[in-house]
Amino acid sequence: MSGRTIIPFGPQHPVLPEPIHLDLVVEDEKVIEAIPRIGFIHRGLERLVEKKDFIDFVYVAERICGICSFIHGMTYCLAVEEVMKIEVPARAQYLRIVWSELSRIHSHLLWLGLTADAFGFESLFMQSWRLRELILDIIEETTGGRVIFGSAKVGGVRRDISAEKMQEIVKKLRSYQKEMDDIGKVFLGDLTVQHRLRGVGVLSTASAKALGAVGPMLRASGVSSDIRMMGYSSYGTLDFAPIVEQDADCYARCKVRIRELDQSVGLIESAASKMIDGPIDVKVTGTPNGEFFARSEQPRGEVIYYAKGNGTKFLQRMRVRTPTFANITPLLETLKGCQLADVPVIVLTIDPCISCAER
Amino acid sequence: MAQEIMDITLGELMDKARKYQAQGFRLVQICCTKLPDTLELQYSFDKEYDFKSLRLTLPDASTPVPSISGVYLPAFLYENEIHDLFGINVHGMAVDYKGHFYMTAIKTPFNQPAQAEEKKA
Repeated sequence: MSGRTIIPFGPQHPVLPEPIHLDLVVEDEKVIEAIPRIGFIHRGLERLVEKKDFIDFVYVAERICGICSFIHGMTYCLAVEEVMKIEVPARAQYLRIVWSELSRIHSHLLWLGLTADAFGFESLFMQSWRLRELILDIIEETTGGRVIFGSAKVGGVRRDISAEKMQEIVKKLRSYQKEMDDIGKVFLGDLTVQHRLRGVGVLSTASAKALGAVGPMLRASGVSSDIRMMGYSSYGTLDFAPIVEQDADCYARCKVRIRELDQSVGLIESAASKMIDGPIDVKVTGTPNGEFFARSEQPRGEVIYYAKGNGTKFLQRMRVRTPTFANITPLLETLKGCQLADVPVIVLTIDPCISCAER
Repeated sequence: MAQEIMDITLGELMDKARKYQAQGFRLVQICCTKLPDTLELQYSFDKEYDFKSLRLTLPDASTPVPSISGVYLPAFLYENEIHDLFGINVHGMAVDYKGHFYMTAIKTPFNQPAQAEEKKA
């Protein structure tokens, strides 16, 4: 019987854009157990509610993550709006959908590129990120920013998109869809890619549920769950269903994200068709007094914003639970029994965002 | 987006957690809030978009709180977090980082006086 060795993985590793550490307990090349360690970049952003009033805090929320910054800001707004019983105009809600789905597309393309890079398919990495640039261009044209949109605000949104511009965006996205399909075909059809992803990092349906997996990690394990189905921000008026796969491995998680690219383009098109003229925000009066857990579906899964106000302009507590934090325990399960060489790819398939998780 | 928040006592925590687990709820998060005289813990659960929270009020951070990681394994991450940030005395965690889950410049940074209070002091 071979002895056990502990191999440190991270916090600095070529496949990790951000620091997470795993102690991998291995027997020969087989991982027996993984013990996580985060906490290298904890910034304590939640406590800034003591310095920034509830209107200004949206800027902090947006800066929690550089990939899904808009959805962070929007979900914070959803929490405060619910506490203050603010009715957001319909047009603003559809604009929030447009920017949320653009965020999802660029995040998934980013992930596809990183994954291709992790398994050594450099041209696929390059093509994924080239396409992502085109999405970032749309975001820049409509918000002025490529990373931080600055478009969410309590009571609505800060910017509008004209009908002509919206038509142009939909047209562009349709043309990019063809390119996304081409990339998707390589990810899902290429034998070398399949060799690295199929049957690797399996998370059973029961484990995914028991360990609290969220987002594509959960849906790839056969669970139909997507917070957008709760209908926040007018998602309830759009016709769609969660993208679910059954194989529960790295390949299935990749497939969910590729299929979600198409779905997001469809949702933007639907939101654009339902957008009616009208105001994009309402005047906010008073201060928040009460509490609420707002939930939304980020590219990586469910994010939670808890806001508790005591009638002053500073919130008493603002707490964020990000999808990466929820997916750490399921990740540990997927690593059990895998080969050491597969660890980087498996870690990537939760789409880890550590600065997001540590806040 | 209706939400149910139920106040519970420390003695009820484990039973309630086991009940939710048996009903198929997943643990969504554990959150701590520092109030002027007390600390509040909220345990949130979800099953098919049905969101429920249990609220536990503690007189201070040193009050021993049992870990629910024996019922919900992912709880150990949240429990280590509230231990490191607020100093909550959670015992029986599946993995106990003993205060080294987050690398913070000061101990229990979220249980320190608010900025305005610091200035007064």
